[in-house]
Amino acid sequence: MKLVKVYVTLKDSVLDAQGEAIKSAINTMGYNQLTGVHMGKYFELNFSEDYENLEHDVDAICDELLANPNIETYHYEITEEA
Amino acid sequence: MKFAVVNFPGSNCDMDLYYAIKNGIKQEVELVDYRALSLEGFDGVLIPGGFSYGDYLRSGAIAAHVPIVKEIIRFADEGKLVLGICNGFQILTELGLLPGALIPNEKSRFICENVDLKVINNQTIFTRDYQASEIINIPVAHGEGRYYCDEATLMELKQNDQIVFQYQENINGSIDQIAGITNKQKNVLGMMPHPERALEKILGSDDGLKLFQSIINYQRVNN
Repeated sequence: MKLVKVYVTLKDSVLDAQGEAIKSAINTMGYNQLTGVHMGKYFELNFSEDYENLEHDVDAICDELLANPNIETYHYEITEEA
Repeated sequence: MKFAVVNFPGSNCDMDLYYAIKNGIKQEVELVDYRALSLEGFDGVLIPGGFSYGDYLRSGAIAAHVPIVKEIIRFADEGKLVLGICNGFQILTELGLLPGALIPNEKSRFICENVDLKVINNQTIFTRDYQASEIINIPVAHGEGRYYCDEATLMELKQNDQIVFQYQENINGSIDQIAGITNKQKNVLGMMPHPERALEKILGSDDGLKLFQSIINYQRVNN
């Protein structure tokens, strides 16, 4: 089995309102030296071992659904599932 | 005219839109399931507000991958009328029929109130009954209504007169106070405020009625 770990985050040019709210909560907890929080999304996609064109198709899945290229970027790792 | 109101799992303004057409402008209207494969016989398609698929992933993202969307895209490409309100606007941007995206409000808070909008372009099929620069009062109800696009896209929107409504006060942090835009061809309109909830003075405002009347009057003049 192939395991693809996909990470989606907002582009730097887009204000991360949730990240900002989380940051202020962490500061309120007393961790005053925390200077930034960026919130994103994490996906695990499972594919069969002999899947062909895996990278091509993962790119398409990310571009068309998992990330919105207008506001988000993504990267992923392809690993062998134990 | 005959309108389709597309019903997605989680739509909750479908009946408001249905009655806006049926009672507001007294035209034919049908609810159409998101699994339907055809919009044959309809003159316009309306995409209602709500929380399609519970706003999973991003608002509108999953709804942009259901069977009916092929027909919505065909409608848009053929120059037929497509109107998306609130979640409908989010779905239209996810489909790529309108540029940009709707992201969480600047202050992470759901906003539910009546707001003043300025009619920026009254030369569209959706707005021809409004005066230029008219101020109208329409309800909003959204958590992810902050319009975002890059600088180049914003320039294009301005150059092509695609900005149709702007907030008088920037309630959600939208770029250029944008509340509603059309595509380049001006047959597809997406807007966060709810004109279908502003049809009767007794409910606070009837400023939304002219949007639906514009469509009918345009049709009358051009047929």
